[in-house]
Amino acid sequence: MTWFKKEKKALETPQEKRVQTEGLWSKCEGCKVILWKKDLDANFQCCPKCGFHFKIGSRARLEMLFDEGEYTEHDARLFSTDPLGFKDTKPYSERLKKAEKQTGLSDALLTGEGRVGGKPLIVCAMEFSFIGGSMGAAVGEKITRAIDRCIAQKLPLVIVSCSGGARMMEGAISLMQMAKISAGLARLDEIRKPFISVLADPTTGGVTASYAMLGDLNIAEPGALIGFAGPRVIEQTIRQKLPEGFQRSEFLLAHGMIDAIVPRKELKGFIARSMNLLGAWENH
Amino acid sequence: MPDVHSQNAVIRELERQIAELEKSAETDASREELDRLRAQLEAVQKPSSGGPKDAWDRVLLARHPQRPYTLDYIHFLFTDFTELHGDRRFGDDPSIVCGLARFEGRPVMVIGQQKGRDTKQKLFRNFGMPKPEGYRKALRVMQLAAKFRVPIITMIDTPGAYPGIGAEERGQAEAIAYNLKEIPKLPVPILVIIHGEGGSGGALAIAIGDRVLMSENAVYSVISPESCSSILWRDWDHKQDAARGLKLTAQDLLGLGIVDALVPEPPGGAHDDPAYAAELLRPHIATSLKELSTLSEGDLIRRRHEKLRSLATYVVER
Ligand SMILES: [Zn+2]
Repeated sequence: MTWFKKEKKALETPQEKRVQTEGLWSKCEGCKVILWKKDLDANFQCCPKCGFHFKIGSRARLEMLFDEGEYTEHDARLFSTDPLGFKDTKPYSERLKKAEKQTGLSDALLTGEGRVGGKPLIVCAMEFSFIGGSMGAAVGEKITRAIDRCIAQKLPLVIVSCSGGARMMEGAISLMQMAKISAGLARLDEIRKPFISVLADPTTGGVTASYAMLGDLNIAEPGALIGFAGPRVIEQTIRQKLPEGFQRSEFLLAHGMIDAIVPRKELKGFIARSMNLLGAWENH
Repeated sequence: MPDVHSQNAVIRELERQIAELEKSAETDASREELDRLRAQLEAVQKPSSGGPKDAWDRVLLARHPQRPYTLDYIHFLFTDFTELHGDRRFGDDPSIVCGLARFEGRPVMVIGQQKGRDTKQKLFRNFGMPKPEGYRKALRVMQLAAKFRVPIITMIDTPGAYPGIGAEERGQAEAIAYNLKEIPKLPVPILVIIHGEGGSGGALAIAIGDRVLMSENAVYSVISPESCSSILWRDWDHKQDAARGLKLTAQDLLGLGIVDALVPEPPGGAHDDPAYAAELLRPHIATSLKELSTLSEGDLIRRRHEKLRSLATYVVER
């Protein structure tokens, strides 16, 4: 299993620090049990005791989904130009450089073309450890190019979302990515190749309010936080505590917002099966 | 003119609302609302001037409590306005108004977020913050307009989509996303006018179109300067820096290729003379509709998709 080896690299990012603080051991955020990391690795980074899904990096995600963990990466060197020249307590350009160094990615999304069950498709996976998986010009353009490729090559598409939403430091440029990608998905509708949106923990803001909710199928990992507004913002607006389980996958399923909750270890099988049922590869 | 109170009444009303909020428990949200009200008071008390304005001045003007709202523009610019209600799914959202009307004799569908002036109206209009049923109503009437080949005009003025339990339960994100995908398919001209606050996805959900006009003192942003300050600077005191950094003014967005044209306002801002502000907007609407109506349906949709495809592409390969 190649993804298993590379996973270590993906874990060396700030958001994932908790997982490796104990070296060989990790504490489960779900049941608080101390787990042997090898058990986690062998179980798709899910707690063998309670099923809690740890966050995983975009490379691990692609290697987990594609046959033999093999894929061709697209647009690997596509960077944001920092269109606003934004600066808060430090320049955004520095934040970008740091995130690039930490993740080895040009921005918060990785695109791969490969096979699932022997059949070709394109998968985009968001990288939460790159500025909270936020979407700016680079993420928006990479996804739109993936859509364009799917249209040109008549391929189905999977996007795995894991994001805090649109990236503040690119202002309205980030906002416009929602429009650009959604219009791209409208074009994809015309070639009748399926788009499956996978929602991982967390998927909020402008990402949920665009492509993440626009799958022909929308499927979520168990227990993922999925919403438009973040829970803190809602609590402050309505001035009351939110009910247990609010905005989690199970809540969205109950409210009719997603087609299914699929545990990570069944994800690849679910994608292959439903793509086949939808006739994704009938003319290939 | 409807609905615009005298200066003194507005000041008294704002002071009353501020006093009311100061008594209630302090949360970040009440603090934000308080900040907004104080800024509005500041804007009302500040003498109007035609002098240079920085980004924060524009934010204050865009939120000015006497600024014309969507229904005011409808009153000045359209005839035969016939309001249409409801999303046919759940309810009617008063924070978005929709209706058929005539612009210089020609039928159009007008859609826009609507804010309230006094406390009662503010609550009724939910501060101009739509819920999923509002976005679904907007798409429903857009599709109605498309069926009968009536051009669409949307008027943008919202702090953002409403963050609440019911809104989340009914799929706020899905409602916005679905609009973003379906609006580009409509075979009629769509003219977007950002005349007040363009609050993130809550604005964008009805702001996809063939031509985007923006009023001189309107703002359009992915996040409010206050929230941006609190997240990136971890305090509430950098809202002016955030406003500058976010490039949210009409001039900035014209430069970034996000809006197509600037609509001038009266020297002190649209609130100085709402009727005149509407008259300044009128020729822009007339020209835009005329230009767009010369395109065939196929060309219209093709051009729209080309425009959306190249929108905000600020990337480099290296
Ligand atoms: Zn556990």
